[in-house]
Amino acid sequence: MVEKTKLVDMYRRMLQIRFFEEKVFELYGQNLVPGTIHLYAGEEAVAVGVCANLRPDDYITSTHRGHGHCIAKGADMSKVMAEILGKKTGYCKGKGGSMHIADFNIGMLGATAVVGAGIPIAAGAGLSIKLRGTDHVVACFFGEGASNQGTFHEGINMAAVWRLPVVFVCENNLYAMGTRQSLVMAVENIADRAVAYGIPGVSVDGNDVLAVYEAASEAVKRARKSEGPTLIECKTYRQKGHSRFDPAAYRPKGEVEEWLRKDPILHFKAKLIEMNALTDEEDERLRREAAGAVEEAVKFAMESPFPQPEEALGDVYAEEEGGSGK
Amino acid sequence: MKETTVRDALREALREEMKRDKTVFLLGEDIGRYWGGAFGVTKGLAEEFGDERVRDTAISESAIIGVGVGAAITGMRPVAEIMFGDLSALAMDQICNQAAKIRYMFGGQVKVPLVIRTPFGAGVNIASHHSQSLEAWFMHTPGLYVAVPSTPYDAKGLLKTAIRGNNPVFFVEHKLLYPIKGMIPEEEHVVPFGVADVKREGADVTIFATLYMVHKALAAAEQLSKQGVSAEVVDPRTLSPLDKSAIVKSVKKTGRIVIVTEDCKTAGVSAEIGAVVAEEALDYLDAPIKRVAEPDTPIPFSPPLEGFVIPDEKSIIKAVKETLH
Repeated sequence: MVEKTKLVDMYRRMLQIRFFEEKVFELYGQNLVPGTIHLYAGEEAVAVGVCANLRPDDYITSTHRGHGHCIAKGADMSKVMAEILGKKTGYCKGKGGSMHIADFNIGMLGATAVVGAGIPIAAGAGLSIKLRGTDHVVACFFGEGASNQGTFHEGINMAAVWRLPVVFVCENNLYAMGTRQSLVMAVENIADRAVAYGIPGVSVDGNDVLAVYEAASEAVKRARKSEGPTLIECKTYRQKGHSRFDPAAYRPKGEVEEWLRKDPILHFKAKLIEMNALTDEEDERLRREAAGAVEEAVKFAMESPFPQPEEALGDVYAEEEGGSGK
Repeated sequence: MKETTVRDALREALREEMKRDKTVFLLGEDIGRYWGGAFGVTKGLAEEFGDERVRDTAISESAIIGVGVGAAITGMRPVAEIMFGDLSALAMDQICNQAAKIRYMFGGQVKVPLVIRTPFGAGVNIASHHSQSLEAWFMHTPGLYVAVPSTPYDAKGLLKTAIRGNNPVFFVEHKLLYPIKGMIPEEEHVVPFGVADVKREGADVTIFATLYMVHKALAAAEQLSKQGVSAEVVDPRTLSPLDKSAIVKSVKKTGRIVIVTEDCKTAGVSAEIGAVVAEEALDYLDAPIKRVAEPDTPIPFSPPLEGFVIPDEKSIIKAVKETLH
C-alpha cells in the first residue's frame, strides 16, 4: 500500500504537468513559443507512476513529448519553460528547446526527437550501471510508434541478454502522429513483444497512476536486483494533437470523448477521495499551488533573456585537456 | 624504439588505456575471446581483461553505438568497434544525431567520451559493402572528431588521445594498414589531435594524403625524387580537427598541391582540402589544385576493376607532373 503523502505527492506532480502543458498551449497560442510543441496532457499517469519509483539519482531517457517526464523526475519547471521559450536560462541554454530537454543533475539523460533512438542509449546507461557496480536503474520512455523501429529490437535485445537494469516504458497513445496503431502493427499489445526478448512484458491502464506505479514498482525491483529489464506498456491517450498544428481530425469524436472521461487526473482524484487520502478542499489547495508554481515558471521564463546569437557557436565540443574544445 | 605493426600498435593502445582507466571498455561484434576482432586488433584482450570489459555483441550496429553513447554520458569510456566501416551506415543516427549532438543540444551539460573504431578502404577484393572510404560523412558532422592514422606510431598515439578525450571520435583504420610496420617508442606516447605530420619534406610540390594513401604518396615521392622532383608529403592525422595551418604552410613553400584520398572525389575529403587551399593560400599557388581520388563509383569486386578505381602511385605521379607543367 502506498502511503498517503506519496499518493498526494504523485497527484501534485500530475497537476503540475497538466497545468504546465495547458500553459505551454496558451503561450503557443500567443506566438511566444518558437517552433513546435508536443504536449503530454492526458498521459501524466505514466511519467508520474514510473518516476515515483525512482530515486533522485536513477536515470530516465525521454522523447519529443518529454515535458511530463522532466517534471515527474523532479526538474525545475522554470528552467523547462525557459528552454521551451528559447531562453538563455533554460536547461540547455536555448540550444535544445521543447524536444531536447536534459538535466544530468537529476539523472534526466535527455530527450531525443528521433523516434526510438533513446532505447539503446538507455541500455547503455544500464550497462554503465552494471559495469560500475551500483544499484541504480534506468527508465526509458518511448511511444508505441517507436516499437516499430529497429532500435527497439536491438536495444531491448541487448539489455535482455546482458540483464541490464532498465525499465522500458511504452506509452501507447494509439497514434504515431496520425497513424493508428492497427494500420501498422498486427499485434494489439506492445507488451507481447517482450516474449521475443525473453523478458517480462505487462500491459497496464496507463491512465491509472496506481496501476502504472505497481507495474513499475515490480520492474524497478527486478532491475535493482540485477534480474534484468521489463517492458511495461501503458495504454493511454494524448488529449491534444500530435504537435503544434495538428487538430487531430483523424481521431473519431467518440473515441476522444471516451478517453477524456478516462482522464487520469479525474480518475486519480476520485480514487484518492474514495481512499480518504484527499478532500475537495485539499484538492483546491493543491490546484492553486500547482497553478502558482506554473505561473512562477512562466514569469521566470518570460523575464529571462534570449541567448546572444553568437552563443550558437559554443558547446559543439567539450574542452580537452590542453584546450582544443570550442 | 621498437618495430611493430599498426594492428599491434592499436592493441597496445587499447591495453594500456584499459589498464590505466577502469572506465574504459570495448564492445563490438566478434571482438571477444573467440575471434579477437575481424582483423585481430582486440585479440587477447578478453583473456586479459575479462568478458565484461571486452564485450561481444549481437549484430546490432545501432545498439552498439547507442549503448556506447548511453555508457559515455554516464561516466564510462566505451570503445565501440564497427566491423567494417561501410556498416557504420546502420548506426548513422546514433553516430551523427546522438553521439555528435548530445553535448550541443543539451547546452554543454555533458561530455560524450565515445570512440568508434572501424576499418575503411579497398584493396582486398571484398566489393561494395566492405571497401568504401566514408571519412567525409563524419568530417561533415559537427561534434565528432575524425582520426585517420597511417603508421603504427600515429595509430597508437592517436587512439590513446581518442580514449582519453572528452568528445566522440570516429577512429578510422584502413584494412591494408593493419600489417604495415613502423617504429614506436618502448614507453607510452600520445599524438595530439589537429596536428599534421610532414611524412617527407620537399620543395616542389605538396602531396596531401591520408591513411593508406600516405604510403602510396611516399612511394610516388620516392619515384619523383629520382626524376628530380622534390615532393613534400603532408599527413593530417586527424581530419577533424583539421590542421589547416600545416597545409597552408606547405603550399606556401611549394606553390603546388596534389590531394590524394581514397574516398569519392565529389564532395569528398579532397574537396574540403582543396577549398581550404583555395580560401587560404590561393595567392601562393603556381598551378591549379589537383585531386587524385576515387572516381565516384561504388567499389567493384573484380581485381582489375577495383585496381582501376583506387588511386595508385602512377596516378599520383601523373597529377604531380601536371602541376609542374
